[in-house]
Amino acid sequence: MSVVSLPVIDLALNEEGFFLHPEDWREDMVPALAAREGIDQLTDRHWQVINFMRSEYFAKGTGPTVRVLGKTSGVSIKELYQLFPKGPAKVAARIAGIPKPRGCI
Amino acid sequence: MILGGGTGGTITANRLRRTLPESMDITVVDSNNHHIYQPGLLFVPFGLAEPDHLIRPRDRQLHHGIEYMDAVVESVDIAGSRVHFSGGRTAEYDVLVIATGAVLMPEETEGLDVSGARPNMFTFYSLDGARALRDALATFTAGRIVVNVVDMPIKCPVAPLEFCFLADWFFRERGIRDAVALTYVTPLDGAFTKPVASQRLGELLAAKGIEVVTEFNTGTVDGDAGRLVSYDDREVPFDLAVVVPLHGGAAYVGRSDGLGDELHFIPTDMQTLQSTVAPNVFVIGDAAGLPVSKAGSVTHFEGEVVTENIRRFLAGERLDASYDGHANCFIETGFGKAVLIDFNYDTEPLPGHYPGPVGLPLLRESHLNHLGKLMFEWFYWHALLPGHSIPGISSEMPAAGKHHATSVTG
Repeated sequence: MSVVSLPVIDLALNEEGFFLHPEDWREDMVPALAAREGIDQLTDRHWQVINFMRSEYFAKGTGPTVRVLGKTSGVSIKELYQLFPKGPAKVAARIAGIPKPRGCI
Repeated sequence: MILGGGTGGTITANRLRRTLPESMDITVVDSNNHHIYQPGLLFVPFGLAEPDHLIRPRDRQLHHGIEYMDAVVESVDIAGSRVHFSGGRTAEYDVLVIATGAVLMPEETEGLDVSGARPNMFTFYSLDGARALRDALATFTAGRIVVNVVDMPIKCPVAPLEFCFLADWFFRERGIRDAVALTYVTPLDGAFTKPVASQRLGELLAAKGIEVVTEFNTGTVDGDAGRLVSYDDREVPFDLAVVVPLHGGAAYVGRSDGLGDELHFIPTDMQTLQSTVAPNVFVIGDAAGLPVSKAGSVTHFEGEVVTENIRRFLAGERLDASYDGHANCFIETGFGKAVLIDFNYDTEPLPGHYPGPVGLPLLRESHLNHLGKLMFEWFYWHALLPGHSIPGISSEMPAAGKHHATSVTG
């Protein structure tokens, strides 16, 4: 048997668990990030939302709110809550490696 | 051409008339001639403001040399710089200012009806709604009142909190506060969006015996059963619901290709207030998709910037007037007191004094702030709408007088 030590990544997160540097994010981190949020079974629908969050963030400078997600991601608000029970916009943003959506001020 | 004769449209028109040569035409378009003093709506349900006194004619707030046009906008063709009105009329513009604010979209929430047709569901975010709620509160003697914000952004994000504070005062004055339960139900994770103010306002709610339910995204308002149901299936029962519906931009924005976002707000540059959809389209006030409060103070502070940048745009100069996100508001807390908050894009509301070390107390209840709130109505009609700067109150947020975290002792 041989043992390989893979590099451990230190991710810079803020006090609420959002990425400080969205460019640190890689697809292969997603299962671990999702597990942190209590999501063990990642489906295509989860990925659809995660990818949508990232593309919206890079296009607009902020992640979408739940309302906007429900209107534009192709996943209804009801289903978003089933996929990300603890609050779709925030949880999906943490898994997608983007800052907290600035829903409002 | 300025679409919207409310706070932003009126300020912009009056400032531009003083700035631009007589040869340039300025037209303000709106679909009705009723300019409502919206900060007054909060007071109507408690009998503290008379609805009819909050309305003045839009055209009378505009200076000489500004045309007022009564018309319904069908759509805007940003590529052709042309506005289509219902009835088939069109008009071309050199510069378009979008100042059509935000509208209520109760139809986006299942079961929500704030038209006054339901005996236990109201809003105070419209004149008719506020009037109907006044009648309902007058006869309310016992039970559970729920104040619910469906989703952000909303106009004047502190108004629902003020409603809670005033309801507490209202029922205490009537001697039946013990029989009335007050609950504030919000999609946010606290009383307000910014940490220090959220904590202080949260303490104030607790002190007044107002229960707070956070991170509640209302999916259904069930009038028959008297309960709010969230998308994650939590329930809050009510005997009377005071609901702030989802807000969106004006309907014509949705009918105009490439003009607005999903909720019909206009993508806008944070600093210059030029839209990002077309260089000759500028945006002021609630219509903008900006990370600022939808509030009159924001619109007032934006007015100076948008006017200067329009002048520069027409002169072919670089747009360098810059808006810093400055906002302030008086939060009415009942019993003749109010709290004042002052903040911008970078600085959250902090304790201290405004506009400088000697001034009104920030983030603290005081009678002086209440007087400030009452005086503001006069300023609104006589200084703010004419587009005058208020002495001592600059567009940029003052840093002096604010206590940052390190120096907060209370």
